Amino acid sequence: MSEPTRESGAPLLRIERLSLALPEGADRLYAVDNVSYDLKAGEILCVVGESGSGKSMTANALMGLLPTGVHVAKGRALFDGQDVLAMDELSHRALRGRRIGMIFQEPMTALNPLMRVGEQIAEVFEAHGLLTPRARRERALALLEEVRLPDPTSALRAYPFELSGGQRQRVMIAMALALEPELLIADEPTTALDVTTQAQILHLVKDLQARRGMAVMFITHDFGVVAEIADRVCVMREGKIVEMGEAREVLDHPRHDYTRALIDAIPADVVAAVGRPADTVAAVGRPAGVVAAVERPGDAIPPPRDGTDSTPLLSVSGLDKVYRSSGGWFQPKREVVALDGIGFSLGKGETLGIVGESGSGKSTLGRCIVGLNRPDSGEIRLDGVDLSALEGRALRAHRRRIQMVFQDPYASLNPRIRVGMAIAQGPIANGVPKAEALAQARTLLATVGLDGGAAERYPHEFSGGQRQRIGIARALALNPELIVADEAVSALDVSIQAQVLKLLDDLKQKLDLSLLFITHDLRVAAQICDRLIVMQKGRIVEHGSAREIFTSPQHPYTRELLEAIPGRREAPATATAGVL
Amino acid sequence: MAYVSLILGRVGKAVIVLLAILVFNFFLIHAAPGDPAAVMAGEAGATDQQFLDDLRERFGLDQPLPVQLWRYMSGVLQLDFGYSYRQQMPVLDLILDRLPATLLLTGAAFCISLLFGIIAGTLAAMRAKRPSGSIIMGLALLFYATPLYWVAMMAVLVFSVTLDWLPAYGYSTVGADYTGLAHVGDVAVHLMLPALTLGLFFMAVYTRMTRTSMLSVSQQDFVKTARAKGLAPGVIQRRHILRNALLPIITLAGLQAGQMVGGAVLTETVFAWPGIGRLMYEALMQRDYNLLLGIFFFCALLVILFNMLTDVIYRLADPRIKQGAT
Repeated sequence: MSEPTRESGAPLLRIERLSLALPEGADRLYAVDNVSYDLKAGEILCVVGESGSGKSMTANALMGLLPTGVHVAKGRALFDGQDVLAMDELSHRALRGRRIGMIFQEPMTALNPLMRVGEQIAEVFEAHGLLTPRARRERALALLEEVRLPDPTSALRAYPFELSGGQRQRVMIAMALALEPELLIADEPTTALDVTTQAQILHLVKDLQARRGMAVMFITHDFGVVAEIADRVCVMREGKIVEMGEAREVLDHPRHDYTRALIDAIPADVVAAVGRPADTVAAVGRPAGVVAAVERPGDAIPPPRDGTDSTPLLSVSGLDKVYRSSGGWFQPKREVVALDGIGFSLGKGETLGIVGESGSGKSTLGRCIVGLNRPDSGEIRLDGVDLSALEGRALRAHRRRIQMVFQDPYASLNPRIRVGMAIAQGPIANGVPKAEALAQARTLLATVGLDGGAAERYPHEFSGGQRQRIGIARALALNPELIVADEAVSALDVSIQAQVLKLLDDLKQKLDLSLLFITHDLRVAAQICDRLIVMQKGRIVEHGSAREIFTSPQHPYTRELLEAIPGRREAPATATAGVL
Repeated sequence: MAYVSLILGRVGKAVIVLLAILVFNFFLIHAAPGDPAAVMAGEAGATDQQFLDDLRERFGLDQPLPVQLWRYMSGVLQLDFGYSYRQQMPVLDLILDRLPATLLLTGAAFCISLLFGIIAGTLAAMRAKRPSGSIIMGLALLFYATPLYWVAMMAVLVFSVTLDWLPAYGYSTVGADYTGLAHVGDVAVHLMLPALTLGLFFMAVYTRMTRTSMLSVSQQDFVKTARAKGLAPGVIQRRHILRNALLPIITLAGLQAGQMVGGAVLTETVFAWPGIGRLMYEALMQRDYNLLLGIFFFCALLVILFNMLTDVIYRLADPRIKQGAT
């Protein structure tokens, strides 16, 4: 915890009874409802909440970046004594970038794709009429060095697409810090990054904050991140502050159920979470009245789940896949090795987790198993039948047995097809009469916890979590023996995540399914998987039971991944113990 | 190095495409009923079969098609596009004689439409919610929907007949024999009406497209970043939004540029502009095979050239397009 540097004690930022009105027809009146908090100089305040909680809205209002339709209904936001919300455009613009800097969630899209990185940083000085072009370039270089970008000199001349996500986020930070602002607003800056990159960026933000003594408003949905960097925490839900206090205090003794649930979703010790879907969170994510209705599991230590069948359902061996881009007549070919000699087996009724960061080849592996991609060589045997050798009719007959649940619940459902039909299409294609398939679709919707009327509705009428349930129903429609879930919960809020994980786990038991669970998130893997495979650059670097991997990781990369989980070391055990 | 090999690859493909077009056009034209001999004989009022056969023998039309094709292709490879018996001149001379006028007209129309289209589109996007924006879009829709020949006739009526500001037709003042700057000015005045008329339609297209493109780019994250930097709205529009919004315009402009030779038949006819379009029309009516094939060849050549040019420009405008990714 850093000490406030201002002697006067007056807060740098004071939000007073701020309400932001949503456009008419929204699901509630206010995006932010009567919110007040202070932020002192030199302090890191984490604003925590799930999507739709209004956690970013105050920050956007401060920057004058509110989405169209949202407007300030009442309240003030005093920055250094001045009400930012009442300022004219010109003085507000003078504040932006100069005294308040901001970084965003999506490093891939937050930089202009057509401008060199150096120009984009220099632009900050230009916007405020500072320095000569030459001095701007020099400062840009110094900033890139400060955010520890490898090879800053060439990065200066690089275009954004030539940098990785983590590097782009460093550029964003360099840009936000260029004029040494007194306040840095970071809106979910690590959410789109791999776990190891996330750890680096968090470290960097904290380091720069301490060095420059600026105030940081850090917006996140992840209590692991809070444990990692926050001085104070402000928990938001549906536009209101439900809890606020010193980070340590909130983490150790959360007073509100919602806070407790969010904290519990982030196991302080991953090992404790092995084989335990976070049921309690599942309950709290719903409207308050429903909480009591959802049963909570006992405190018992999870039963060992390694007692699986000895004959494997799926066995994969020597799987290779190389992506080649053919360049035309004179161009050199580029090759990316996605899979390199992958081999493993999966027993009946078992859940196997495939863990890795982006580019590790884990999704390609999933797609090869489902038959969306063809491996270059190797075998994929399902009950002894080599799927990779099958073609045409024979392949189609076997496809039914392996189904997939996709990552993006929004993009994976056809927006113009009713949900019931979307589920029934698979069986119909396999010869089931239409009426029967549609009736079956209704039953399936009930199985995944949606009411029968859902069948008549279109995908856009459902929330992300509900859509993912529909995706699961669709996968189940063909009575598969194996379900491949590719980042199936990654796009969902933690509370919804837990619900969907629980559903998958229940269905697996009930329908005797095997599950191949692909994820980048070790915390999620810990909750649902019996065994784990850790992939890096197309190879399996480690595999074993979930418990083994979390308690005694052998490979340095696995250890690095585990180390990088935010909040892992700092969150006290009591946070979880309090719930159990 | 990769750049050079890319261009070489494109040129190789272009040559193959051009040869294929030549062969295809040749057969297409010979599949049409009637031939130059029949047209000439008809005009001469002669129905004598002997006269027809003589004509056909002279033009080589009595030979089997593959032989005619072979003769034509080997001629083209030596830059000999044959002889127009109607005009009593080599085809190449005829085309090169008319090409500058057409390129001047379509080039001017192209620049006018691109420049004013982008400006109008940018203004319309910046004023998307104000009446002035709607007025720009209304005008664009009007120009988009109005037939070209009608605009041409109205322009002549207003600016030449009524106001007497601009000449109604022709390339330059007949008999004036201006030289130097005076000649340039004379041609420019003559150029104004046809170029504006021809440019209006594409100007409307660019206006609509620029507006749509800018509005969608302005929703993107990096625009938010630019605003968070404290940049002035004008700079954000120009440097961040417009630059990205222009990428689809380049594609469209490349397509328009490809039509520069053949696309002005109507305008050239109305304004009596001595260009390729009118030459093509006459050649078509007179079954002047060699001349038609020659014009088709030049049209195809320009389309391919402008496509390549568009590719090069696109690569300069968008750094993300690497040589390998096509």
